[in-house]
Amino acid sequence: MIPGVSITEILTLTSILFFIGVYGFITRKNLISILISVELILNSSVVNFVVINKYLYPEMLQGMVYSIFIIAVAAAETALAVAIIINIYRRLSSVEVRETETMKY
Amino acid sequence: MNLINLILIPAIPLAVFLVLGIFSHKIKPAVSGVVGVAGLATSTLLSFYTAWQYFFVLGKLDGVYQTFVEKITWMQFTESLHIDMGVLIDPISVMMLIVVSTISLMVHIYSRGYMKGDDGYTRFFAYLSLFTFSMYGLVLATNLFQIYIFWELVGVSSFLLIGYYYTKTSAIAAAKKAFIVTRFADFGFLIGIFIIGFYTNTFDFQTLNDPQGPAILTWASSSFMGLSVITWALILIFMGGAGKSAMFPLHIWLPDAMEGPTPVSALIHAATMVVAGVYLVARLFPMFYMVEDGFALNIVAYVGAFSALFAAIIAITQTDIKRVLAFSTMSQLGYMMMSLGVSGFDGHEGVGYMASMFHLFTHAMFKALLFLGAGSVIHAVHSNYLKDMGGLRKYMPVTNITFLIAALAIAGVPPLAGFWSKDEILVAAYENSQFLYGIGVFVAGLTAFYMFRIYFGIFWGKETNYKHAPHESPFSMTLPLMILAILSIGAGFIPFSEFVTADKAGFATHINLELAAIAIVAGLLGIVLAWIFYKKENDLAFRFSNAFGRFYTWTSHKFYFDEIYLFIARRIFFQSVAAPIAKFDKKIVDGTMEGIGNQTVVVSRKIKGMQSGKVQDYAFGFIGGVVILALVFIYIWTN
Repeated sequence: MIPGVSITEILTLTSILFFIGVYGFITRKNLISILISVELILNSSVVNFVVINKYLYPEMLQGMVYSIFIIAVAAAETALAVAIIINIYRRLSSVEVRETETMKY
Repeated sequence: MNLINLILIPAIPLAVFLVLGIFSHKIKPAVSGVVGVAGLATSTLLSFYTAWQYFFVLGKLDGVYQTFVEKITWMQFTESLHIDMGVLIDPISVMMLIVVSTISLMVHIYSRGYMKGDDGYTRFFAYLSLFTFSMYGLVLATNLFQIYIFWELVGVSSFLLIGYYYTKTSAIAAAKKAFIVTRFADFGFLIGIFIIGFYTNTFDFQTLNDPQGPAILTWASSSFMGLSVITWALILIFMGGAGKSAMFPLHIWLPDAMEGPTPVSALIHAATMVVAGVYLVARLFPMFYMVEDGFALNIVAYVGAFSALFAAIIAITQTDIKRVLAFSTMSQLGYMMMSLGVSGFDGHEGVGYMASMFHLFTHAMFKALLFLGAGSVIHAVHSNYLKDMGGLRKYMPVTNITFLIAALAIAGVPPLAGFWSKDEILVAAYENSQFLYGIGVFVAGLTAFYMFRIYFGIFWGKETNYKHAPHESPFSMTLPLMILAILSIGAGFIPFSEFVTADKAGFATHINLELAAIAIVAGLLGIVLAWIFYKKENDLAFRFSNAFGRFYTWTSHKFYFDEIYLFIARRIFFQSVAAPIAKFDKKIVDGTMEGIGNQTVVVSRKIKGMQSGKVQDYAFGFIGGVVILALVFIYIWTN
């Protein structure tokens, strides 16, 4: 619990973070930027878990543990995504998302 | 009774089968023949020892033969319904042990000469051992399921041995025909077993045959189409027996089964396997007799009598000597069935049962002898057909004499074996029904006639121009002929009624002189007619057959039963039933499934343009969906 900061303020911050991520995900054209936006979304939810745990059930740890899970999964997912992006770059000499349209059906 | 002995009797042939079957390419033919004969000789000795112990030492208690059963529970279904494996020793199973082992041993010895030089020599002996094992198992079975298992095993061995010459198309067709026809009959048998298991809660022979048991006491409690359910079950079981014993109308496989090697015909299709049906009815005889006042037993009697007459008529016109013998077998099996059918139960009433078993015993001896003799002739002239034979008595004296003995025995000339047993059958028939007795006497005459027709045709008559002069068969083939000839003379003097009877008590039989005289006259008449027709070359037989005209043609084509069955199978069953069902399966069942698949492909081709390939589009759609769902849920929760 942070003195002088209420849960509403922190949740507002994470919501803003979340929608920045969503906006970036939809509008960016570079695959790396899209990946960074996804990380923003994930991190906003991690903060949510921690804050809600801390403010509502301070004697429990589930939220903390869950956030560690999410961080681990996010790391794995990033590694995979970067690998895919590197392969795309090798094939197409570009990391523009438009170039990947050739892979549809 | 010594259990080890009893188990060894079937176990030795099984072991021989496994050894010869597994190492069939490594064992030299000379060795495999000796192994087969030695194994079976041991079994035979044990069988005779068992028989001696049972009949003369241990079996009798207060003048009644006891039943010994040793069994283990194999599959337990409910408290009372379970399948056992074991051995059952009573007079008929011991009698069958002797028949099977004796004939099988003779055939084994004979085959060492007959099959000499054949490529599949070891395979042949392996199959013979398999058959002998299965037959022992069938004979010793303690319950309906065990007998059914071995019943199918003898069917398989029979299939393998009929199709022994597997490069011959006709042999393969015959093997398949035999298997399918008997299998069809066994289907009825199986349903019968299920019905019995369902209504009486037991498969065990002793419980079923017990007059105080569930089957006999409560047969009236449930009925189906005007008959007791148990009667229906017995009729279905008899259907299985009729298939195996080639009773009309399931007889069509037996003549074709003659495609197998002749020793096989002697063992399986004359002496042992084909009597399994008779044995089955005898095994369940108290049930047949006591359920619904013997309704099922009457069916047995009339099917048997009709088959006897039907087969005897066909046998007269056949020109393949093995086929004549096959129809003769069918006819004699009909005799046995008829005799069982007319039998009573207690004391002298049960003469039919005794006569049937007696005839089974003597018939095994002389019919095996006839087949082995025919095999000896075929071995010499390399043909099955009567037209290729004639005047062989000079070349083959031993075969001639032994064949004559067997022919006299089957014709019922005293004092040979066939006379005694046939006489008892006729007595039993006479006491029950004049009509069946009349058929019996007529068939006796016909039997003598067709048997001497082929006897004179083979050994007398005009000599055919042989390419090589025929010669007598080797000693390994003539020895079994001589032994069986002695048995065919002597077997009739066994006081059978003291050993094998329906109530197991034994009674004394007397020759009924009038009936015996009638039977002898009928037999002699047949022989004399055959003498006039066939001893010297003449056209009497030809003119006679012409006088019968169409009837003769019908008979020589076996009353067109094969053709009728083919017609039913091909035209009616395949075309009208199987073909529409196949069409239904292809067009409707498969069509539905394929249609669903094809429609999926068509639809997805049309809508695949909706994929843009842009990640952002998908993400936008996804997020938009989430937002809409969120709004919906918020709306629901706030109201």
